[in-house]
Amino acid sequence: MLSTRYETVFIITPVLSEEQTMDVVKKYKELLVDNGAKITHEENWGMRKLAYPIQKKSTGFYFLVEFDAPSDTILPFETEFRRDERVIRFLTTKMDKHHIAYAESGRDRVSKRAKAPASDTKVENA
Amino acid sequence: MASKKDVRYLNPIAIDTKSERYCRFRKKGFKYIDYKDGDFLLMLVNEQGKIMPRRLTGTSLKYQRRVGKAIKKARHIALLPYVADQLH
Repeated sequence: MLSTRYETVFIITPVLSEEQTMDVVKKYKELLVDNGAKITHEENWGMRKLAYPIQKKSTGFYFLVEFDAPSDTILPFETEFRRDERVIRFLTTKMDKHHIAYAESGRDRVSKRAKAPASDTKVENA
Repeated sequence: MASKKDVRYLNPIAIDTKSERYCRFRKKGFKYIDYKDGDFLLMLVNEQGKIMPRRLTGTSLKYQRRVGKAIKKARHIALLPYVADQLH
């Protein structure tokens, strides 16, 4: 089964509690694995300030997952994102060889990005 | 008759003072422009958050397209604003 490398960044609404957010992340990782994907890398950028408010919220919980998957697993994966109202934004990109080389070479960059400026406002005016 | 020396130009002829512009991506050998790298992309965006044109940055067409795509993706996941008043 020809599998190509994809990378998905998604933003979870900040009003959730810590373990609810982790549930959302776990749910999507399991959904990927069920559809026959192999997760190669994941990054937890944590709570970050958004450049512009999305759904009246100014911060969001960023999570990135990089995975190898056959091409027909992407559509159900994305419809699940659209259906789930806890995820306010998602972006799946296909990775070409330069992108893969860049991602693999830069694993140490992750720590720099993870502790980006995150305002600690936990409760938003939902 | 004004001799050659007395001729004063209203504004001096614009000799090419600008240094020879080069494409920084080709010079440094960039292979991929990452859309997740917000602070790098901030350098390619002007005060209002608009993409800098090639004539100012001197980027080659090939990399300008990639920069454009990366900035639009970064805007989609709210790393860069679509419109900003004073960005830097």
